[in-house]
Amino acid sequence: MDQKLVAVVDYGMGNLRSVSKAAEHMADSNTRIVVTSHPDEIEAADAIIFPGQGAAKACMKALLDTGMIHPIQKAAKEKPFLGICMGLQVLMSHSDENEGIECLNVIKGNVSHFDLDSTPELKVPHMGWNQIHQSNEHPLWHQIPQDSRFYFVHSYFVEPDDAHLIAGETTHGQTFASALSSNNLFAIQAHPEKSAEHGLQLFKNFLQWNGK
Amino acid sequence: MSLAKRIIPCLDVDDGRVVKGVQFVDIRDAGDPVEVAKRYDQQGADEITFLDITATAHERDTTVHMVEEVASQVFIPLTVGGGIRSVEDIRTMLNAGADKVAINSAAIFNPGFVKEVCNAFGSQCIVVAIDAKKVSTDGEPDKWEIFTHGGRKETGIDAIEWAIKMESLGAGELLVTSMDRDGTKSGFDIELTRTIADSVKIPVIASGGVGELSHLSKGITDGHAEAVLAASIFHFGEHTIEEAKTAMQQDGIEVRL
Repeated sequence: MDQKLVAVVDYGMGNLRSVSKAAEHMADSNTRIVVTSHPDEIEAADAIIFPGQGAAKACMKALLDTGMIHPIQKAAKEKPFLGICMGLQVLMSHSDENEGIECLNVIKGNVSHFDLDSTPELKVPHMGWNQIHQSNEHPLWHQIPQDSRFYFVHSYFVEPDDAHLIAGETTHGQTFASALSSNNLFAIQAHPEKSAEHGLQLFKNFLQWNGK
Repeated sequence: MSLAKRIIPCLDVDDGRVVKGVQFVDIRDAGDPVEVAKRYDQQGADEITFLDITATAHERDTTVHMVEEVASQVFIPLTVGGGIRSVEDIRTMLNAGADKVAINSAAIFNPGFVKEVCNAFGSQCIVVAIDAKKVSTDGEPDKWEIFTHGGRKETGIDAIEWAIKMESLGAGELLVTSMDRDGTKSGFDIELTRTIADSVKIPVIASGGVGELSHLSKGITDGHAEAVLAASIFHFGEHTIEEAKTAMQQDGIEVRL
């Protein structure tokens, strides 16, 4: 049986090591996890994990500098693709962060900041363990109980134009989309690599997913 | 339902080993950070903080390997503090698998360092540790100042103003330790915690003085902290994290169980 190759995209941003370690922890002996910044390897991989941390502008610049924009846009339409945290946000068309920045436009919609005016008691960043309410059945939610807690760290959240893409919702002052799914793509605002058993289960589900 | 309040056990680390006696009945090697971290993870710890108290560069390398080991087997957030002084220190710890670093003295020597590293790595991974002591006497309005060197050296910096400044420079979180209460088991300095928590938008972790489970709840309900950090009550097997969470839940606090 052919080995399955899963590429963790390295564009110089984020906690790659945590992500690759969690994926490796859940990978079977037939699956190889590679951390890569080569478009060829992205092209050759059977599945893609797209992490990210930090600011949207810095992420977009790093993607541009490493020549990753086109390979990522292409992979996000073609094969099992898991976006994590900033790797969810930069998939959108536009982010309000850093005075506004155009993003990858894989999913139509905006990235907005938590509304501090209407909820002055709110702590931002939204940091810690919060529940994800699964909006639909999805292979990546397999064996993860409804409303399980995941670890979040972020100040912005995604607002897809098409609400049907919302796979999970979380409430922090307001209810926001904490996971999106579209065909072969699944992206999550929380950090499954830091979310103990449920996060590891999500990696396991992703590694077994054929993208359908 | 919403965001859970966090419990964070804190471990002192010297030369890659856990020190200051962790005593679990069913653990083979209490000095092994991986074993201890795994145990806390199983008990439901929301994060783990390692305080590196090593002195030499060689020992520091050992700590980096320790972080690598823990991060490949324990999948909850890990914070490393102690001796973080440069951009390179932070990069090394993050690459080893730490999720956040706690900065203390380096911020006092050069506040611009906080801004620099928040821009470089993102606010989400920069915790500023504030060690404060009350300097006002009875009858005076409350006033706390920042102290360094384990509470021995005063800096003359007002703790509340400092907290606000650290937030404005980009810190993602504040770890507020009362040096008056640390090690006393008499509970958090609630006024200190609350005054800082009410002055900033970023999360505050209360630290210093936990001696019984009710202290943890008070840090949240009265101190307005988002998270509570404790060492000895968990290390000596007096209480498990799970017991602490159950007690907090009974006090009406939302926790991850």
